[in-house]
This record gives sequence, structure tokens and C-alpha cells, in this order.
Amino acid sequence: MGTFTGSFKGFGVTFAHMFRKVITTDYPFSPPTPAPRYHGRHILNRHPDGLEKCIGCELCAWACPADAIYVEGADNTDEERYSPGERYAGIYQISYARCIFCGLCIEACPTRSLTMSNEYELARDNRQDLIFTKKELLAPLLPGMEQPPHPMRLGDTDKDYYLGALTNPGTSAGAERAPWATNEAAAASGEAAESDRGGKRNEKTVEGAV
Amino acid sequence: MTDVILAAHAVDPTLQTFENDVWWISLIKLFGVFVLLLLLTLFTIVYERKVVARMAVRPGPNQVGPKGWLQSLTDGVKLPFKEEIIPKTADKVVYFIAPVISATVAFTAFSVIPFGGVVNMFGQQTALQLTDVPVSVLVLLACSSMAVYGVVLAGWASGSTYPLLGGLRSSAQMISYEVAMGLSIVAVFMTAGSMSTSQIVAAQAHGSPVNIFGWEVTTPSWYAVLLLPSFIIYCIAAVGETNRAPFDLPEAESELVGGFHTEYSSFKFALFFLAEYINMITVSAFATTLFLGGWRAPWPITWFWEGANSGYFAVIWFFAKVLLLLFGFIWLRATLPRMRYDQFMRFGWKVLIPVNLVWILFLSYVKIANNELSQQAKWFSIIGIVVVILLVAMLWPAARKPRQISIEEELAARPPGSFPVPPMDLQVPPSPRARRAVAERAAALVGGDSSPVSADKEV
Repeated sequence: MGTFTGSFKGFGVTFAHMFRKVITTDYPFSPPTPAPRYHGRHILNRHPDGLEKCIGCELCAWACPADAIYVEGADNTDEERYSPGERYAGIYQISYARCIFCGLCIEACPTRSLTMSNEYELARDNRQDLIFTKKELLAPLLPGMEQPPHPMRLGDTDKDYYLGALTNPGTSAGAERAPWATNEAAAASGEAAESDRGGKRNEKTVEGAV
Repeated sequence: MTDVILAAHAVDPTLQTFENDVWWISLIKLFGVFVLLLLLTLFTIVYERKVVARMAVRPGPNQVGPKGWLQSLTDGVKLPFKEEIIPKTADKVVYFIAPVISATVAFTAFSVIPFGGVVNMFGQQTALQLTDVPVSVLVLLACSSMAVYGVVLAGWASGSTYPLLGGLRSSAQMISYEVAMGLSIVAVFMTAGSMSTSQIVAAQAHGSPVNIFGWEVTTPSWYAVLLLPSFIIYCIAAVGETNRAPFDLPEAESELVGGFHTEYSSFKFALFFLAEYINMITVSAFATTLFLGGWRAPWPITWFWEGANSGYFAVIWFFAKVLLLLFGFIWLRATLPRMRYDQFMRFGWKVLIPVNLVWILFLSYVKIANNELSQQAKWFSIIGIVVVILLVAMLWPAARKPRQISIEEELAARPPGSFPVPPMDLQVPPSPRARRAVAERAAALVGGDSSPVSADKEV
């Protein structure tokens, strides 16, 4: 008798489920907000004066397990300067046909140039469009920023930039904040984030991985 | 002329009512049934999608029209405009005729379904039923048999392997379950004493008194209660007949390409789709008519509302019952996994049909015993039946299971020269490489001081 009644249990299950709240999201109309540290598409950040943070070291490309990143470094000169220091990324490409959004590139980046945003709508209608270049990846110029190439405005050497980034992180605000950071530093970076943040695109998600 | 809507009682049509119909009344009813079936199909598709979705905790279609109820309408408009692809190897004429047969017989079957009693339609007294004949149940069965031609010809004419196999599967399934379905209807004929659908509904209006060993009992009016085994078998067979889950083997989306209509596209596919849903509605309406009292309101309603069955109100009860049965179809689909083909066939031929035959035999005995036998003969016949059943049960060859031999015995029984088999108490010896790894790791732990453990190291 147990197996007989058991074979009708399923009907009770399906019937009872009709009265549950639906679990789907109303996606295209009210898209769900991802978690703050959601691994979305990448951003190449800038210093507060507009210079690129990327130094073309290729560590992200080496870290990438899916071989999705291609970097070619180039030399900065005093006449044509894209980043503080010697080198910048002449070519920077991430193929979202290959990227697995593991975030190892973010961990590898020594200058917090590469961070991930919360943007997840990455469908394109051809493969070529899935390869994002510097044009798509670079953070937009915020007020107070200047389109490179231009000379270093925030100090005489690149060291000034890197030390200053702890309190004035530019577009990668939030990424510099470590769990052991002091309250002042956190407040400062939060302030910088609020004043610098232009749109959703700039929200930084990787924290405390310094 | 009496106003039937105000008259507080239902008027059952007789076969004479249908002969008296004027031609334009028939035309109106014909058009009405046609439009109704199309609308009902559109409704059923969304209904099914919504209910299945709710059972899967999803909202289902919710974009087109109010709450998504126009989804199937837009799909239906889109389908005929899609590209029509006809395989080169297809037999063009048959390929064209097959969906037409399917759709036509599906529509035809509904012509003998009664939606209500006699009503006043534009000043004419007419029944809410397109037509009725003394053997209208057989008309319905004939239509469902003809539907098999649509399936089998579609599979054959496609000139392709998968549709052919799918068509064979479908037709085998439909024919098998038609037998069970036809047999379950026999009990209804016997009880109602008629094969006309309107008369069967009329016969279910009231229970009839029966005398069981001196007690006067009024039988329940609905045949679903009175003839419960028939009703259950009919319901199962109807699901098999319409190729619906859990008996949807012919189209088994996850296993087959799509069954007999694999090579069909555009409007011809739409016809098959339409026929499938109309068939589902037809068997539900048929079950309502034969077993659930047809268009008559269920008991508690007639108890406090005398005029519930009169005039056009009957349509409400009819569709309420049909929608309830359709819900059953959808519920089955949401709950049960697909059956295996051999289990399915065995169930049809070895369970449904024998059970049905025994049930009909029993029923005919009850009929004869009630009407023709004296009290004494009744007792004798019952004793005789019990003795026969006991004898059969005792003499039935018992299915004795062969003794399960153990693996050791099985090994011992192997002839010489058989393939070698691994020992039964097989234990995998530890790999020599595992020990080396342990030794190396131990050396690394002491931080460069490898003198005491390195002797352990194998090279």
C-alpha cells in the first residue's frame, strides 16, 4: 500500500507548487542587482589625473587560465605619456568569447589597473565584437581627468602615483581597500569613490585582495 | 413558443429535434463549433503552458496580451508565415493530405458532442449540439481511428527515416489504446441503452433504482461513479490515445526528433498541432458526456438552483467539466516521467484490455441477474461464480522464481577453458610510487634537513 500511495505523492507535490511564489526574475524589465563583488566585465582604471594605471606588464595575460587576454607593452616618452613610469599597454584586448570570469587577472594586477565591474550583459551578435580593446575597457574620463597622452600631474615620479593611490585611488576606488586598512583610509577611498563615481560602469568590486 | 431560458427545467433533445433543424440553424451551429474549437485550442495552449509553468514555480507566458493570454494567438499567426520546407523524397500528394486528414477528423469528432439541452436560438427550438445520430459514439470512435491515418501517412509520405519510425510508433500506440478506450465505452452503452450522445447525457440525469438482495438502492447518476473502472480505464486510454505525457512516446522531444511530423513545417505543422490539441479537447468533452453527466450541473448546484441546467446555462457546466479534465491532462504532464515503450504496450494490452473485459463480463452478469433471474437463481449463480474463481485461482500455474545462485557457485559451474576472472577477494596492492611520494614529502617537511628520511627514498 505504501508504494501505491507513494506513486500519487508526486501529484500532491506538483499541485502544491502551483501556489508558491514564482522564483524567476523579471529580467529584461527589472534586472536583478548582482552582488557587490560580482565578477562582471573588466575595467582598465585611470589615475585621478586621467593617466592609465596599466603599465603593460602582461601579468594578467600570464595569469589568465583561459588565454583570454592579449597585451603588448609600449614605452612612454616625456612627449607622449600614457601612464606614470616607463611602460604602458600599447595594445590591450580581452576576448569575452574565452574569459571565464575567474578573476585571476585581477589578483595578478600589480597596479590595480584591472578590476571587474558588475556589468553582465555581454552577449554580442558576432565574435569580433566579443574582443574588447582599450577603447571599450578603459574607464571613462571623469571630471578632473585629462585624456592622455599628457605629462604626470600628480607628482614627479611614478612612485608618487602609486603611493598616492592608497588615499586617492581614482577610478579603482574600493579595490585598494584591504581588510586591514584603517578607517581613515577606508573613509578616504569611499569619499573618493563618491566624488569620482560617474555611472554604474565605474563601480569597483574587488576589495581587500592587496 | 415557450421561452426556454426562463423555464426552470432542462429539455433533453431527442433525435427528432435534430431532424427538425432548419438549414441556417445548422449552419450557425456548424460555424459556432468551428470557431469555438479554434478559440478553445488557443486557450488550451496558453492554459497548459501557464499551469505547467506554475507547477514548476515559473510564471509562464506573460508578455503578449493581458497576462500573456494572447501568446498562442500570435504563435498561431506566425506559424503559417514561416518557410515551408518539403523534403525532396516526400510523396507530395500524401504529404499534403496527411495533415488535412488529421485536422478534419479532429474537427468532425466534435460535431456530436452535446453542449446543452434544447434552447431557443433565433426563435427556433434547437439543441446545443451540431447533430446527433443513433450511433454518434461510434462516429467519435471512427474519427479517432481515422486520425491514425493522418499520423501514419504523414510518417510515410515524409520520405525520411525518423518520421517513418515515429509514425509507426504513434499508430501502434493509438490503435492499442483505442481498443481499451472502445471497451470502456461498452459499459456505458450497456447501462445507458443507447449510443447517441444526447441520450447518454439524458440517461445520466437521474440515478435508477436497483434491487440488491431485497434492498432498494438508487444508483449514482454519473457513470463516472457507477462505472468507475470504465471511467479510470477511459481516462488512461484517452491520455494514450492523444499521445500526451506520460504516454507521449511518439514525439518524445528528448529522445526522438519529433515523431511523425519531423519533416513538417509552416501551415501543415500548424494543422498537426491544432489536431493534437483538438483531440485533447475532444476526449475531455467525450469523457464529460459519457461519464460526468454531460452538460448537466453537478449535484449541489441543482439542489439550490432549479434552473441551472436550463437553456444556455448548461454550457457553463459543460466547459467547467472539460476544463477540469484538461487540467488533469496538464497535471499528468507536469508530474509523471515518460513511460518506456514496452512497459506502455504491455500496460495497454495485458492490463487495461483484460481488466476491461472482466469488468464488462461482470457488468453484463449484474444486468442479467437484476432483470431476468429469480432470487434463487441469483444465489446459485453467485455461488457458481465464486467456485469457478476459486478453482481458477488454485489451479493457476504459480510463477516460481528460479533459485538465485551465489557468485561462488556460478564461478564453480563455469566450464573449463572459460575466460579468467579476477579473484573474488581482490585487494588492490598499494602502489610503490605512493610510498616514494610520502618519503619525499616527509623530507620536505623538515626544511632541507633530509638526512634521517632520505634513506627511505626509492629511486
